[in-house]
Amino acid sequence: MQIIEPSETYDVCIVGSGAGGSMAAYVLTQAGANVVMLEAGGPWSVEDGDMLTWNYESPRRGAAIKTRHFGEFDACDGGWSLEGEPYASAEGTRWDWWRARMLGGRTNHWGRISLRFGPDDFRGQSLDGYGDDWPITYDDVAPYYDKVDELVGIFGSQDGFYNEPDGRFLPPPEPRCYEKRVMRGAESIGIPVLSSRLSILTQAKGDRAACHYCGQCNRGCSVGANFSAGRVLLRPAQATGNLTLVTHAMAREVLTDAEGRASGVSFVDTRTLEEQQVRADVVILAASACESARLLLNSTSERHPNGLANSSDVVGKYLMDTVGASASAFVPALASQPTHNCDGVGGMHIYIPWWLYDQHASLGFPRGYHLETWGGRGMPGYGFGGGIQGQNGSLPGDRPRGGGGYGASLKDDYRTLYAARVGFSGRGEMIAREDNVCEIDPASVDKYGIPTLRFDVTWSDAEVQQARHMQMAMREILESIGGEIDEMPTEETQYGISSPGSIIHEAGCVRMGDDPTTSALNGFCQAHDADNVFVVDAAPFVSQPHKNTTWTILALAWRAADYLVDQRKQRNV
Amino acid sequence: MPDRPTPEPIRDLACLDPSASLRGAAEAEGPGTPAGALSRRDALRLLAVSAAAPALLSGCGPEEAAEGAAHHAAARARGAVAPAVGAEPGFFTAHEFDTVRLLADYVLPADDRGPSAAEVGVPQFIDFLMTDDELRGDLEERQTAMRGGLGWLDAACRRVHGQPFAGCTDAQRRAVLDRIAYPDSAEPADAPGVRFFNRFRDYTAAGYFSSPQGMDDLGYVGNASQAQWTGCSDEANAWAARAV
Repeated sequence: MQIIEPSETYDVCIVGSGAGGSMAAYVLTQAGANVVMLEAGGPWSVEDGDMLTWNYESPRRGAAIKTRHFGEFDACDGGWSLEGEPYASAEGTRWDWWRARMLGGRTNHWGRISLRFGPDDFRGQSLDGYGDDWPITYDDVAPYYDKVDELVGIFGSQDGFYNEPDGRFLPPPEPRCYEKRVMRGAESIGIPVLSSRLSILTQAKGDRAACHYCGQCNRGCSVGANFSAGRVLLRPAQATGNLTLVTHAMAREVLTDAEGRASGVSFVDTRTLEEQQVRADVVILAASACESARLLLNSTSERHPNGLANSSDVVGKYLMDTVGASASAFVPALASQPTHNCDGVGGMHIYIPWWLYDQHASLGFPRGYHLETWGGRGMPGYGFGGGIQGQNGSLPGDRPRGGGGYGASLKDDYRTLYAARVGFSGRGEMIAREDNVCEIDPASVDKYGIPTLRFDVTWSDAEVQQARHMQMAMREILESIGGEIDEMPTEETQYGISSPGSIIHEAGCVRMGDDPTTSALNGFCQAHDADNVFVVDAAPFVSQPHKNTTWTILALAWRAADYLVDQRKQRNV
Repeated sequence: MPDRPTPEPIRDLACLDPSASLRGAAEAEGPGTPAGALSRRDALRLLAVSAAAPALLSGCGPEEAAEGAAHHAAARARGAVAPAVGAEPGFFTAHEFDTVRLLADYVLPADDRGPSAAEVGVPQFIDFLMTDDELRGDLEERQTAMRGGLGWLDAACRRVHGQPFAGCTDAQRRAVLDRIAYPDSAEPADAPGVRFFNRFRDYTAAGYFSSPQGMDDLGYVGNASQAQWTGCSDEANAWAARAV
């Protein structure tokens, strides 16, 4: 096969166009660097999205399709499986791996929950003995959280809540009617409720409009009122004239020179299957945590026989996701409610922060979680009313045969149940463990001939006990708002805990640290073994608090890019 | 096939409209765009303009912005609702399709708040699902379960009443449906029918309530651009605060 040789050497090659890669591109192009970015998927801009589309404009009414697993209007090309790109899980384990293949990556459809990690989150090991401390502290990252807040935009309220640092917030939206009921209920049993913190503009910012409250952030916002990497970061990066964007470019490996330093990246054009290369002085990986680990492990050479940046042998290890559990209930008080527009922003207006931070000694699990809430009058689409036979049997009226049925009374049941269900999703911290890994599957390649990943990840008792506590707390709150709660999941089902990977917060598999024998990167996301290699997705995380990855990815990527600019000025890289 | 209502202007978008020249551009889009209605792309363009000139939004309150019924009417006028209510099936045989039409209306008949399932194209929606290879899941499994379920239903009707479902009287049909529509009290021997009917009921509900008429039936007034968010209506807040 002919390999197309590069004609120029870029200052920086960035692999991946999601939050981390796009932030690096934004900072570096503005600093004057000549940057090339490789994206495995196709081009996409927010104007291509399906905002304000009625579900009935499609004959399948918004259902999930094979190339969009969260629904045909959801702005994420990709899903749990990709044609020709397999992955495996070790026997007896399961890892669900969501992969986006599009410009902007998962930032196009994500939930915009933008929580900062707090001071305790960077020093968990010192506080309770589990996992490891980060090589950096909250004070190192805080200035970058501030900058991200200002650049991207985020709403919230100044709460001063323990270990939930406030930011530079835009005004939060008024809670919806059912959310107010949740606030009253939760507060009546001593559980605090705060304004949510989402990267959605409640006031216009620059050339980006304020939110128009259609509740469809996941479809991509054509007026740029929420954060997506393409709209907010890549557009200004491209305007500098310093960014060369290459889509349909699936990275195969990082190329290295005789000294073991990165010299470029080889990739496959996914449309033609042509093998190509780009040369660059610096390589920044932001391909998503597991893809970045996979790239490093596949970049073997004489100087790096165990994979690039992997003399410590930690690449692929300490893989984490977020712990998930959920519960919901029919709330009779919300039934048959008056017609009104309940859309709001594309996500919850309130959330419940981790409130038992001083009671871990008696809880039986070491780390915290937060609760997200949902409900309301969503647009009916494919799946509406599904499984009603399990719900309408306990509604008022004479129902000697139980749930299900047909006819006029069934039609009324759908109306009664619409918007009367309130649910919670618990999102908790998983402890990083060395034996939770992704590794190269020795005998498997994808359709591009690139060796694939095999996962071996399990929950420990710390996560299972946390899920149990989530289930109990969610039920207490649902009871406090008059919900008809169902039976709690049992120990046999690990209390309904999510399967690892399925919360789509993978992190930690190229972790940072001060010691090159136990970490792959330093505190600036720079490889110990090759000073011109950086990783700026969630792979560098030493721990994965319950606070969602994106805001910290953005802050760390900005910090790494500033550091790189400074090092280049000093001619150190 | 029921007549579609006369298209009305999209009021919430009309009140955002800051520019006669943009309106002209919308009208120039082609013969498919009814006068006064804007395509979604035009609406997005207007939103972008309104973002640059927020003062133009004055006098455009959330009440006006939430006129969902007008919004549905405009979308329907664009001919966007597919597949058409009268379309011939691509998957079902003529006999199967007769049964599907009947069944859909047993599940969700017309009442004082809305039309029947067949009147809003639910049989065509289900037929589409049986041919759509893009839909996530296993198409062949979907087809087999549907075709087999209809076959089971006919066989069950013949065994007791000597006729397939479509040839039975209303009372005979209801007698069979009563056996399979209530999973908790169904006989084990009827399990295949229960499984089929659970799925058929789900398809029917999704197809009906996601139609414009179904959304009107539910009182769904979202999917609108609103100049501001001031919370749910006072009435809704009071309702949600009730002690029940």
